[in-house]
Amino acid sequence: MEPLLAISVGVMIAGALYLMLSGMLVRFVFGFVLMGNAVNLLIFTAGRLSDTAPPLIAPGRTLPAEPVANALPQALVLTAIVIGFAMTLFLLVLLYRTYDRTRTLDADQPVFVNEQAGTDDPAGPDPDGPDPKDPA
Amino acid sequence: MRSELSQTGKVPDCCRAGLFSSLLPLGLFVLLCLAWPRVVQGHMFTVHWNWVPSLDLALAFRLDGLGLLFGLIITMTGFFVTLYASTYMAGYTQLGRFFVYLHGFMLAMLGIVLSDNLLLLFIFWEATTVLSFLLIGFDHDQAGARENARQALLITGGGGLFLLMGILLLKAAGFPMTFGLLAASGNLVRAHALYPAFFICILVGVMTKSGQVPFHFWLPNAMRAPTPISAFLHAATMVKAGIYLLLRLHPAMAGTPLWTGTLVLIGGGTALWGAIQAIGPCDLKRVLAYTTLMALGVLTLFAGGQTVLSLTAATTFLMVHALYKAALFLAVGSIDHQTGTRDLNRLGGLMKCMPLTALAVTGATLSMAGFPLFFGFIGKEIMYKGALAQEMFPVFATIATLVSNALMTAVAAVILITPFAGPLGGKLSLVCEVPWTMRLGPAVMGVLGVMFGIIPEWVSAHLIEPAVFAIHPDREEIRLVFFHGINLPLLLSILTLSLGALIYGFRSPLRQGLLTVLDRLWFTFPGLYQTGLDRFLTLAGRFTSIIQNGSLHIYLSVIILVMIAAVGSVWLPHLPGIAKTAPLSGPWIAAGLFNFILISTAVVVTARHRILAIGGLGGVGAGVALVFLVFGAPDIALTQLLVETLTLIFVSLILLRLPPLEKAKPPSRSRTLRNAGLASSAGLIIATLLLATLQTPLDRSLTAFFETGSMVAAHGRNIVNVILVDFRSFDTLGEITVVVLAAWAGVNLIRRAKER
Repeated sequence: MEPLLAISVGVMIAGALYLMLSGMLVRFVFGFVLMGNAVNLLIFTAGRLSDTAPPLIAPGRTLPAEPVANALPQALVLTAIVIGFAMTLFLLVLLYRTYDRTRTLDADQPVFVNEQAGTDDPAGPDPDGPDPKDPA
Repeated sequence: MRSELSQTGKVPDCCRAGLFSSLLPLGLFVLLCLAWPRVVQGHMFTVHWNWVPSLDLALAFRLDGLGLLFGLIITMTGFFVTLYASTYMAGYTQLGRFFVYLHGFMLAMLGIVLSDNLLLLFIFWEATTVLSFLLIGFDHDQAGARENARQALLITGGGGLFLLMGILLLKAAGFPMTFGLLAASGNLVRAHALYPAFFICILVGVMTKSGQVPFHFWLPNAMRAPTPISAFLHAATMVKAGIYLLLRLHPAMAGTPLWTGTLVLIGGGTALWGAIQAIGPCDLKRVLAYTTLMALGVLTLFAGGQTVLSLTAATTFLMVHALYKAALFLAVGSIDHQTGTRDLNRLGGLMKCMPLTALAVTGATLSMAGFPLFFGFIGKEIMYKGALAQEMFPVFATIATLVSNALMTAVAAVILITPFAGPLGGKLSLVCEVPWTMRLGPAVMGVLGVMFGIIPEWVSAHLIEPAVFAIHPDREEIRLVFFHGINLPLLLSILTLSLGALIYGFRSPLRQGLLTVLDRLWFTFPGLYQTGLDRFLTLAGRFTSIIQNGSLHIYLSVIILVMIAAVGSVWLPHLPGIAKTAPLSGPWIAAGLFNFILISTAVVVTARHRILAIGGLGGVGAGVALVFLVFGAPDIALTQLLVETLTLIFVSLILLRLPPLEKAKPPSRSRTLRNAGLASSAGLIIATLLLATLQTPLDRSLTAFFETGSMVAAHGRNIVNVILVDFRSFDTLGEITVVVLAAWAGVNLIRRAKER
């Protein structure tokens, strides 16, 4: 079973990277979500899947009834899912705000890329810089 | 504005924070005084706490004669400067910050002179660098102050790196970091093959800190700081750190021709260059800054010597200089504060309206010029003795000392006569004396300059002797006396005074000549610094605009390429073996999930419509959730389903407000192919790495630890939950923090967008 999942992880990673490389910011976010799922699956699979009983301890006992699934990667993945969710939401808001300011979602537009690469003046358009129209 | 306030004759309100905080240096001074008698008897106070024993780094402090001398100077000057600043700085903003920097700086300086461990000393050394940056740039709304603060930071900070290198080389060669032990193995240090490297690295640190040519120029430029800071940096602290280190390392490293020759030449050169330049400027503070260079040069010259005489000359002149320089800086600050100018051409006749300041300056300048009965005279006598007895280049040492002393005499005359004598300028007639807080420092230090000149025997027995004996093995008796009889040093002293008078007489043509020469110099060290800095910034700008050009595509491609190259190059030969051994079979449910995830991924990647892409994403998420469910992780499956649902809702909400995906311009065909190649190579590497991982045995000891502890220690039956909220609860706290921060940032971004 694990080899099948390993291949799934590889395919998901490849798909995620392909989306992120596309230069379209919406697809970048799709790739990001896909990547999160792939990495979670990778951690989970690396913890082995041979035992499928949930890691629980029956009442009145101090140890789980052998054998149970590996609890450690589960704890890691649970944390990773929540953090991935938070990051995805932040990315989405950033996407929305970027469009609000630049009216484009094409990462190759001059507003994002410093066209003066290689010249003496490094001060090109700075997408991270403060918005001159910002009230704050 | 400040001068207007005082010209009306009203005493400015004392800043209470300053008065109150001056108790700190005063208290430290008193503490040192309490320890003083025991130190004179030869006792050494030590404290030792382990910090990082594996690095030989300890919180080790020692108070011996040398540390005491420096400590007394630092705390006394610190007290007077704080008192002075409490009035002088009235009208400045951010005074709280000022006093924190000032006292932090003083404590760091005390740390340098009291630490008994080279690494600890380095930490304090760097603290003074950073704090001096903050102090020099205190007027941070002025571009000049910022520029000069940066210069000081770059030069002294760069030198600090050399010092660290020297210390680490010593450590790597197996020498102890504690001064006492290091001194004991002095002969081994000097005989070590790397001795020149130790010496040069430490020397560069000393030279940058103590303003030796060619790193001298930051020191006059540091004059941009408010006057109390200049007084503190110049007279007692910052610049003396280098001299202190030279003296402290004397038992361990001095005595070689390399040490003596280099220090005598560099010190002599700096003394001459500083003294010559001191007659140039019209700004009183700048004049004083150049005289500091001269003093530092002379101190370095004598720190190079090996004889008791030479070291006595260094320590005595250190005291002479600290007393007159602090007094003069503070007095010049008073003049500036009351008249609004420090320009020698505009000042005159202040004797009548600032009599007490004039008296203090008289004492300080006469000591500086080295008139008999003043402490400076004693200092000069011993300097000539030391120079004549120098082991290497005695003639150069004597001539450098003589010429720079003569120039100092002339400069002292300029500082005393020009602002105070003569007719009172029209505008200056309203000037009045400064309040007591600003008079006390110069007055006490001026008086000490006279007193020490009258009782040199007491000074030598209580201050000089303990200091020299702390760093010199021979307990030869040191006696500073007022009159040695007619001998060569006395003749040289007389020669100095006459030469000084001569230079003072011809000061105008000399100044003109100096300015012309300085103007025509085609090469200067400040110029070199500026060119170097400009070139460096240009280079950095170009470099940044190439590697940080803002293209998401290029960033990602580089990251992926590096990953493929670094991992793939090692991994490629193993690939066929991995592929062969992996059994690609499983239960029907696994195969079904596998196909479902693959198809969903394909849908996301190829979708030209956003609804389709969102659907595909949902499919992948659900597939992964099912995998969790099937393989014994119902908790994660539940979380995954919940999160996946929420994610899809948010994605849909945001996408509704954005232009449709199908309107976007697709990338060119070649770029698509390139992207596909990169992505699939990376995917292949990850998949095979995971396959290989799965074929190695799994160490479940950590899981076993959690399994056994879950019920017994944490009283929880759900092991995953126990790990999250009990064993690793701190990680979970971090996770929650991330969520809160992301939500906070997101809400603010949305609100900003809505406000427009």
